[in-house]
Amino acid sequence: MIAYMVRRVLLAILTIWAITILSFLIIQLPPGDFVDTYANTMSAGGTGITEGEKQALREQYGLDQPMYVQYLKWMGLIMQGNFGMAIEWGRPVMDVIGDRLMLTIVISLAAIVFTWALALPIGIYSAVKRYSLLDYVFTFVGFIGLAIPGFMLGLIVMYVGFSYFGANVGGLFSADYAEAPWSMERVWDLIKHLPTPAVVLGVAGTAQMIRIMRSNLLDELRKPYVMTARARGLSETRVIMKYPVRVALNPFISTIGYLLPYVVSGSIIVSMVLSLPTVGPLLLKSLVAQDMFLAGTIVLLLGVLTVIGTLISDLLLMWVDPRIRLGRQ
Amino acid sequence: MSSSFIPHPSSFPLLSVRNLKTYFFQDEGTVKAVDGATFDVFPGKTLGIVGESGCGKSVTAQSILRIVDAPGKIVEGEIVLRRADGSEVDVTRLHPDGEEIRAIRGADIGLVFQEPMTSFSPVHTIGNQLVEAVRLHCAVGEKEARQRGVEALRSVGIPKPERRIDEYAFELSGGLRQRAMIAVALSCNPRLLIADEPTTALDVTTQAQILDLLRDLQKQRGMAIMLITHNLGVIAEMADDVVVMYLGRVVEEGSVDDIFHNPKHPYTKALLSSIPSIESTPRIKLPTITGSIPHPYNRPSGCPFYPRCESYMRGTCDATEPALIAVNERQKVSCFLYQK
Repeated sequence: MIAYMVRRVLLAILTIWAITILSFLIIQLPPGDFVDTYANTMSAGGTGITEGEKQALREQYGLDQPMYVQYLKWMGLIMQGNFGMAIEWGRPVMDVIGDRLMLTIVISLAAIVFTWALALPIGIYSAVKRYSLLDYVFTFVGFIGLAIPGFMLGLIVMYVGFSYFGANVGGLFSADYAEAPWSMERVWDLIKHLPTPAVVLGVAGTAQMIRIMRSNLLDELRKPYVMTARARGLSETRVIMKYPVRVALNPFISTIGYLLPYVVSGSIIVSMVLSLPTVGPLLLKSLVAQDMFLAGTIVLLLGVLTVIGTLISDLLLMWVDPRIRLGRQ
Repeated sequence: MSSSFIPHPSSFPLLSVRNLKTYFFQDEGTVKAVDGATFDVFPGKTLGIVGESGCGKSVTAQSILRIVDAPGKIVEGEIVLRRADGSEVDVTRLHPDGEEIRAIRGADIGLVFQEPMTSFSPVHTIGNQLVEAVRLHCAVGEKEARQRGVEALRSVGIPKPERRIDEYAFELSGGLRQRAMIAVALSCNPRLLIADEPTTALDVTTQAQILDLLRDLQKQRGMAIMLITHNLGVIAEMADDVVVMYLGRVVEEGSVDDIFHNPKHPYTKALLSSIPSIESTPRIKLPTITGSIPHPYNRPSGCPFYPRCESYMRGTCDATEPALIAVNERQKVSCFLYQK
């Protein structure tokens, strides 16, 4: 068991290292660099810059050096907790990302809680009462939820909210608190704004989860241990909740790991539509601007969060599933 | 009236199944898994139920406990259980998730399945499921229940039960697993144990040990066993009485000696002649029953066995179903060869 954990942690570290290389390469892939983009923007604005100035800028940011040197320098700085400057913003990367990363995690968690709170009970019901009227209704509604793109749902929610309730449902804060420092009132304001994005982001996942839970549970309900539990005289509710549901939940634990990046990358358009201050739109912007330190840091952080999430879900799974913990013959 | 006219209690059946019909209603058609089964289980005796796969043996067992999975339903018949206090209850009339039937499951009737691996939850310890059964039917505390659980494991011959109780089913060998399953089924001292193919998934040596164990436990506790199997060797070794089933119906019923030495029904005869014997000539083909079991949606009219029967009488066997009638005091058969 200890050996398994150590192996898992070592693998995670190795994966993170591979991610740093990959994210660095991905940022370098498009032709040109930040200085080119910067120069283009400047000349579009009427004030062109000379080749000499470009060269100076490249030297200043270390862009003229070979790729592996740039990579090593970047890594060296990251080791010291310095993620470099977001060139476009003229501020340290961490300053730009900090709040947004936290808000992204908050929104993701809210979406996950919403998804699970809705999907698991419905999935259980649909499996236990298979082919019942409500099962068909849930299936129908679920597929509609799956088919509607999140940004469209976001637009609809905003339209309905605005035209019928006179409420502006976009954003995560009221105007008063958007730029205010953190306080209890600001947290409360955030909580009040959370449901809309959580629901919009969670709907597709909910529909998917219902299907997964339903089919997982249907598989388990057929197993003999359910019938032996019934034959011991347990009530039907207790039989189902204690045994097959418990076993059917295990696959969900292993999905915790990739939920976060899924919500982040899947939510860029939704975040823009709902003007959510999350990492998604920032990533898009930085990629367009070839702001490599910012983009690299975001890609790296998402990768690291995925690895850590997977590690946590693996350890959790080991904790809840004795077959993994003790090694099945 | 003198008391000598009252029969000895043990001559009352513990369980009487009368004309039981359990059908599965599916879109493709109705599967008559059990179609008019009738038999009795007597206290302290072993009733063997034998038949090919799909003849309704297991569904009969599940019907008795009312744990037939949907879309299966008992459509007709009675299953009368005589409880410890002498009262009789027809379990077909109980709500399948009601308190009454749940008080019977595990307490009056224990169940052991074929596959001991999947009969235990993969994520709960054996003790968890064992203690759960004890606490459900006996008003005892956690500690006392655990103690009884350890005793139950010890009584089925599991070494170091104090340690085994905290292990998972997949940590045990096949034989120990089945012993543990028996321990769970017997933890509340049921008067009837239904064993559905209890040795089929085990190797031959372990099979013999499990059968010995069941016989010893029966002797100690005086419980009745309803042993479901397709293995005639197991029946010969274990059963007092035998019920032969074919396509959901009882075709022959009698004491184990009558069934093996004086079979009446052509199906029973055919089954027995297809067992290899140590005395049979080597390199000679075993007799087989011609044809195959009809598809469940496509049952023959009349006697269900006639398409494969050697004594088929045209115009009789395919016209009406023969009733199960007594041919002597101990033996009943449903075949037109013996109808008067």
